[in-house]
Amino acid sequence: MAEIKPRISVEYIGDATVVTLTDEKILEEKDIRALQESIMSVVEQTERINLVLNFGNVRFLSSAALGLLIRISKKIYECDGQLRLCNIDSKIHEIFKITRLTKIFDIYQDVESATEDLFTAN
Amino acid sequence: MASEASTSYSVVLESKPNAIIEVCKQILSKLETNNFSEEDIFSVHLALEEAFLNAIRHGNKMDPNKGVKIAYSIDSDKAEITMVDEGDGFDPEAIPDPRYGENLYKAYGRGLLLIHSYMDAVKFSERGSCLNMVKYKKKAHPTENQTQAKA
Repeated sequence: MAEIKPRISVEYIGDATVVTLTDEKILEEKDIRALQESIMSVVEQTERINLVLNFGNVRFLSSAALGLLIRISKKIYECDGQLRLCNIDSKIHEIFKITRLTKIFDIYQDVESATEDLFTAN
Repeated sequence: MASEASTSYSVVLESKPNAIIEVCKQILSKLETNNFSEEDIFSVHLALEEAFLNAIRHGNKMDPNKGVKIAYSIDSDKAEITMVDEGDGFDPEAIPDPRYGENLYKAYGRGLLLIHSYMDAVKFSERGSCLNMVKYKKKAHPTENQTQAKA
């Protein structure tokens, strides 16, 4: 029987949907597909989602995971939603800087600052 | 405490994403044994995963009849990894830079950039089918006391 791991946990803070990635490593394509399905189903539940992705548990990710984030962001922006990333480990933040994805993702220190900013933006 | 040791090893892996797991564990363990820093280990791990995925996806086109040969040697100063796939090769210079223009918004094409960024020396040969990459152990900075003692 295939192993089913919880990939995300979801919490609602005001108008924001906070999705916490529960895996420590986001690496393999099948895991990334499973993660994409989980997050997209959350995104599709709300017309204009204000999504905060919490990376607090993540210690390692591959470029394929960056591709996943881009696909999610496109889906959210198509629906006039907002996306914030937060709690990113310093080594992973370096990957965002090297790839210049800091230019297209809004990255915050923690869930509190990410959700506060969403409320200000609305 | 584990003692520092020089290791060389070679293996041929199947073209499956999880085929790298065991070799990856071995390499990371050897890096730890040789006192590489956490940052160095992260770098080698990332480059290894990206290189293997490129080899099976773009090189071998996920063909189960094709393998990827990985050879590595690790000592107290450096880690050197060579990966050879059975594909037709490619021109690394022709890969677009994912950091600029519309490429920044594409969901793929960052693996090579990460390999170059995280390893100290990266060389392709055999028309792109053979990748050789080296990570030198980051030298620890002398502490203030050590610096004063020398002066």
